[in-house]
Amino acid sequence: MISRWLKYLLMSYLLYYSTYTITAEPITQVVEDNAPIIFTDQKQEKRYLELAEELRCLVCQNQNLIDSNSGLAHDLRQEVARLVKQGQDKKAVKDFMVARYGDFILYQPPLKPVTYLLWVGPFVLMIIALLLLVWNIKKRSKENNRDTTAILSEADKQHLNILLKAKNK
Amino acid sequence: MKMVYFIPMGIFIALSALLLFGLSNDPRRVPSPLINKPVPTFSLSTVEDQNKIFSSKELTGQVALVNIWASWCRSCRAEHAILERLAGKGIPIYGINYKDNLADAKNWLQRYGNPYRKSAYDVQGKIGIEWGAYGTPETFIIDTQGIIRYKHIGPISKEDMDNIILPVIARLRTL
Repeated sequence: MISRWLKYLLMSYLLYYSTYTITAEPITQVVEDNAPIIFTDQKQEKRYLELAEELRCLVCQNQNLIDSNSGLAHDLRQEVARLVKQGQDKKAVKDFMVARYGDFILYQPPLKPVTYLLWVGPFVLMIIALLLLVWNIKKRSKENNRDTTAILSEADKQHLNILLKAKNK
Repeated sequence: MKMVYFIPMGIFIALSALLLFGLSNDPRRVPSPLINKPVPTFSLSTVEDQNKIFSSKELTGQVALVNIWASWCRSCRAEHAILERLAGKGIPIYGINYKDNLADAKNWLQRYGNPYRKSAYDVQGKIGIEWGAYGTPETFIIDTQGIIRYKHIGPISKEDMDNIILPVIARLRTL
């Protein structure tokens, strides 16, 4: 009964999402201009490579500009190379990209009010977990160290003796 | 039963709710930093006539749509009828023809109709980058001051037109 109900639920969910097939089209056009990007200055080349690694391809969202083969990634690589060749530093190039595409283009999100939770969250969770652990260990060690000999009252002892005698008979 | 035993269940339900909420989000919809900023400047020849210039300066003085399109983009074909309807309502629509072949773009307009007042021919995609384009079609709503007020990513459906595009245009016109 429940499994059938779950099946319907899952199916309706899939159907619902399958209606969303027409969406924004990723820019995947192949570009004719495939000239390699060449630097004469090694420092610039290093800067370019670092940037292409730290910037995200927006079409294939889990790839950086270096890894991606999409048309947009190609164009953005050319743009990064152009800016680096102009002598712009890494921050200037990143600012240029963020002004157009937003923070999302950065693999490492910037530290600002919207992202505080993102940056601090894991540490807060870790501290909570550690506190819980310490609390738990203390509670247990307290239970283990309790003086068990003092617990029985005179009346209890007599009662116990009677029981033991009865058993040993 | 101790209340403590409900804590893992509570955590599980909260996590499920969070993940379910995540499913309804579209990761392709990246918020644009261009909202409430002036339109990026450009000056390009038009698709219709290579001798004519379309400059971003023309995008002030009226509430208008700027639509980034291409003949190779199937989703642009899907929203084309909606753009025609918006143009029919007298809403000025300007196009940025993105990384296209000029002959293909001209053919496309001839075949399906041209809802655009003008289309800038951005063959290298440089202007697309200026506008932060990453998936065609993309549609921007510009106010009378030439400030970008809204960005729609992907094709505009009839619901989008009725529930978002037209109300936003109406609101901007009253400002």
